[in-house]
Amino acid sequence: MATQLIDQFAKNLAADTQAAVYDGSKKGHEKRTKLLFDTYADPNRLRELAGEIKQHVIENLDTFLPAVEAKLQSNGVKVHWASSAEDACAAVLGIMQARGDKKIVKSKTMVSEEIELEHYLDKHGIETLETDLGEFIVQIDHDHPSHIVKPIIHKNRREIAKSFEREGLGAYNDDPETITRRARQFLRHKYLAADVALTGANFVSVESGRMVIVTNEGNSRFCLAGTKCHIALIGIEKLVPHDRDLGLLLNLLGRSATAQQLTVYTEFISGPKSAGQPDGPEEMHVVFVDNGRTDVLASECKEILRCIRCGACLNVCPVYRQASGHAYRSVYPGPVGAVLSPLLAGKKFPELADLPKASSLCGACNEVCPVNIPIPDLLLRLREKGKREGAKLAAAGTPPMGAWSLLASQPAAWKTALFGGKIINYLPTKWLPIPPLRAWEAKRTLPEWKGGEFRSWFRNRKVGAVAPNRPDRKPESKEGR
Amino acid sequence: MNSSREQILSRVNAALAPLAQRAALPDWDREMVILRQAQGLTDAWPLFAERMKAVNGTPLTSVAELVALLEKNNWKHGYCDPALWPSLAAAFPAGFTVETTYDRTRLDDYSFGITAAAGAIAETGTLVISDRGTSSRLGALAPWVHIVVLRRNQIYHDIPAAIAALPQDPNVIWITGPSKTADVEGILIEGVHGPGKQIALLVD
Ligand code: SF4
Repeated sequence: MATQLIDQFAKNLAADTQAAVYDGSKKGHEKRTKLLFDTYADPNRLRELAGEIKQHVIENLDTFLPAVEAKLQSNGVKVHWASSAEDACAAVLGIMQARGDKKIVKSKTMVSEEIELEHYLDKHGIETLETDLGEFIVQIDHDHPSHIVKPIIHKNRREIAKSFEREGLGAYNDDPETITRRARQFLRHKYLAADVALTGANFVSVESGRMVIVTNEGNSRFCLAGTKCHIALIGIEKLVPHDRDLGLLLNLLGRSATAQQLTVYTEFISGPKSAGQPDGPEEMHVVFVDNGRTDVLASECKEILRCIRCGACLNVCPVYRQASGHAYRSVYPGPVGAVLSPLLAGKKFPELADLPKASSLCGACNEVCPVNIPIPDLLLRLREKGKREGAKLAAAGTPPMGAWSLLASQPAAWKTALFGGKIINYLPTKWLPIPPLRAWEAKRTLPEWKGGEFRSWFRNRKVGAVAPNRPDRKPESKEGR
Repeated sequence: MNSSREQILSRVNAALAPLAQRAALPDWDREMVILRQAQGLTDAWPLFAERMKAVNGTPLTSVAELVALLEKNNWKHGYCDPALWPSLAAAFPAGFTVETTYDRTRLDDYSFGITAAAGAIAETGTLVISDRGTSSRLGALAPWVHIVVLRRNQIYHDIPAAIAALPQDPNVIWITGPSKTADVEGILIEGVHGPGKQIALLVD
């Protein structure tokens, strides 16, 4: 029996990477909880509401999508549609080529990671520069983000300082402030030299066609001040019905992502700059991307489309904290990724069919999710799908239950086994040639075997007797039964 | 592209067809999202100033205070919205260079930029600026210090009020404190791409 891929990854993770991910995610979670409960009387009701609003959106996309398209067009925005990753890349390239543009400055968008845009554009002679500090570091290292909000949570300052030195951004210096200032100085001139600003969007209001982009660093503002053309790549599920819904969702997003009341910059963008203004895009394009989302909508897990990519479920997940984001081998890590990535993979579902098993189903992800997605339920539905479709990885890590079911269905054998169980206390279990036991014992120690007592207690008990070791329990009276 | 459009919409239709009922849009009360700390407070400026300080912003109530702060830090070269400059100029002593056109080829020359507010949100200490109301997007963004000139009657009490009053403008920005990052080991650093110091200047 093979262990799960994710376990193997966790085992091979460098100790300081693991510590960085663990501390970073834990801190994020603690701050978030405090802020939510300090500021609202009923934060749980807010999460439910936000979930209901987003569920309404995804179940009415048939009317909302044409409606938002019309609104955007009346605001002077050109709307494109891309059903696959390939189509989305081609749409961006098409806009660039029609304008004769060569250089993109890019603000963080997960969709662009999903469609591998940078690689595609590079092949066609178009230069893309990441401007979010974390994504910039990912780019110069030819790495991948490991968290959807904190892309370099897996790196420490010494590694970053070495990368900066290698890229000619100054002599080795691992002071975070110096690192940040150097990136500031390097990037600010790049915005002005670029032709096109590429962004994602956190929300789009169907009512007004306003799209909302939030950043803390201000890089998306700089992209939209320096360049003449704005292209936004937006997943078709990002809509909200009305502007007023943004009041609720922005509050929840800021708190859940980075424990802020509001992210530093919240931009409401509804079109190209006004005539006569000196800076800002004269042309604006929205590319609505499907890339597997309509399959998710048709699946038993459509609730995952409510996700607002806050990262809170990653921060709180015991599996993510141990394994780090790259263990999920896909763009979306953590609990959200364990559901979304295998579904977005389409035909390649079997390759990621182990991800839904990377969870102890503790439920913490559902508790923190600002749109109240029942992630553990969705994981179970996906495990079921994996089994139904016979995906090999869906079975990895599950010990064969044959021996157990034989014992459990034969009372006599069961009793004998329980009696014989004591022997295990005297066996060198670490050396037994049973792979699942070995894998399990690699990180844990078996407790001492104490089997058999329940049966004798049950047989000898008097009605109304107190369970052994539970003097706190009062015997129940017969009438009370 | 059009074929993608039809394809997406028909897949959406097919996915939604089996639903017996669509999830309804819930009704909710705007009071629910107003911060506890802000409830019941009505005088907008003190609340705004307190909340702005909480996010490391700098609320000021006089031009003299602003000039003193700039002088102390040796921030002497700046940009100012041409419509605002006549009312501020008298308070700036000799030694300051203030330009009313922003020259993007000399990005690093300016240490401060002064532009006009389109509003503010008291409960979060947020400044609101807009495309039409800002004389230069770069002047409001690239210098280390950004000063937003604000009047009392521009301050909304809370987020729902500010959303209800979003201006008809292609680019409205809410600014809540200075630009910041925690990407490197989770350590907070201010002044990443945008201003490291965010100032609100109340002028009435
Ligand atoms: S699933 Fe929920 S908690 Fe996880 S990233 Fe999405 S919105 Fe946040």
